[in-house]
Amino acid sequence: MTEELFVTARSNELIDPGLHIWTWEVAMYLFMGGLTAGAMIFAALAIARDKVQVAPFAATRLALFAPVLLSIGMTTLFLDLEHKLFVYRFYTAFTITSPMSWGAWILIVVYPISVLQILSTIRAGYPALASMVDKLAIGRMAVDWCERNRMQIALSVIPFAVALGIYTGILLSAFGARPFWNSGVLGILFLVSGMSTAAAMVVLVARQHAEKALFTRIDLVLILAEIGLVALMLISLASGSGQHINALQSVMGGPYTLEFWLFFVCIGLLIPLVIETLEISGLNKSLVMLAPVLVIIGGYALRQVVLDAGQESTWTHYETQYSSELLERLHEEDP
Amino acid sequence: MVIDTRTCIGCGDCVVACKTENNVPEGLNRDWVVEATRGTYPDLKTEFRSERCNHCSNPTCVTLCPTGASHLWKDTNIVLVEPEKCTGCKACIAACPYDARLVMHPDGYIDKCTFCHHRVEQGLDPACVSTCPTGCMHFGSLDDPHSKVSQLLKTRDHKVLKPETGNEPNVYYLT
Repeated sequence: MTEELFVTARSNELIDPGLHIWTWEVAMYLFMGGLTAGAMIFAALAIARDKVQVAPFAATRLALFAPVLLSIGMTTLFLDLEHKLFVYRFYTAFTITSPMSWGAWILIVVYPISVLQILSTIRAGYPALASMVDKLAIGRMAVDWCERNRMQIALSVIPFAVALGIYTGILLSAFGARPFWNSGVLGILFLVSGMSTAAAMVVLVARQHAEKALFTRIDLVLILAEIGLVALMLISLASGSGQHINALQSVMGGPYTLEFWLFFVCIGLLIPLVIETLEISGLNKSLVMLAPVLVIIGGYALRQVVLDAGQESTWTHYETQYSSELLERLHEEDP
Repeated sequence: MVIDTRTCIGCGDCVVACKTENNVPEGLNRDWVVEATRGTYPDLKTEFRSERCNHCSNPTCVTLCPTGASHLWKDTNIVLVEPEKCTGCKACIAACPYDARLVMHPDGYIDKCTFCHHRVEQGLDPACVSTCPTGCMHFGSLDDPHSKVSQLLKTRDHKVLKPETGNEPNVYYLT
């Protein structure tokens, strides 16, 4: 039996009894980052693969959602910073070993690329907005240039949007000190989840039935991929060291079990999978708008549960106060 | 830093000395004492450990800090935070496998054990070491083979906390 107890107070609510430094603000940012990445990727693919006819919303209107969603996420991320006046310090340094530093610079590149992507389809997607931009000579020239280079812009959006989607996962997986996050699968999982929520958003917002049907099929494939990735993540934790196995316990009977299995796996993955399968096979179309809503809820739940369970996973565990249970434990034999 | 767990009595003077020397904000601590009990009753063994930042040779709090606020002081392994560069993003708190990077200063930046580098610069020991009433704490350079700390590690059984983290901690415990 080993127990380690504080003699003097460490008294820091961010650390004891479990690490709890990041709350919904960061989960919201991770979710919005993924959603933005997915929106930019689908908007670019619709142009690159010449799907304007079948997917007019994705091809011409979706791009405008990206900077709006990303700005919401960055606002909540800013709310999380404790030393807000010094936020500019992200841009006076580049730390090659810090995914957070990479992310700060990726965000700086994503915004102007997103603007180019919007301008390249603005006349088709948002005529009223385009006419306002066209009133300025420089605006007209910019839109003309972007329209001429629409394909090149679409192709150059993809790597940056993928980087945005993936980095939010790598950001967490780079923390070796937090075993639950410490899996290489996390980056790809967050990217696929981000694309899945973006596909769900298209199904919700697009008007044409053909486009909704196309993105329902895309979402189904992404959900299947996500289920596979989640399984890989759990297997990798289960086959890891003691710290990884302990970390896994938090969603296998521990405090985040309900959140993980009910909100993320059931509501976010399995139920939409069933609804979308029924819809595509033509068996039941009455729940057609429910699936994308659930996918979006599940996408947020994934970020929140991974953030919470990951923070609390640790290499060190101390008892924060005496209790009679500790005395009882001293009678237990070592396993 | 080398701490003799056989001499430490867990009095907590190191904690008080640190708070006084460094004006640590009320309610927060840069160091703490742990009582570790092993065995099965009645065959129990207790060890007191004064713990703080391990000032690792491979400090993940430095490599993961996005702004360079977390840094190594003057080519030593003393890990410091520059408040003017710290955004309060808390990445370093998550990056520390020892959960030692923990004091959030009320002004919003990360605060932590500095090994009292302002005293070390003057050739003095950190406040916790110089205050310890049992003399169980020792401070010095492990690069110097004749230093007290080097000699202690040569002659006594010792350990570091969780060496498997790969962070190469530099607070040693004599056992």
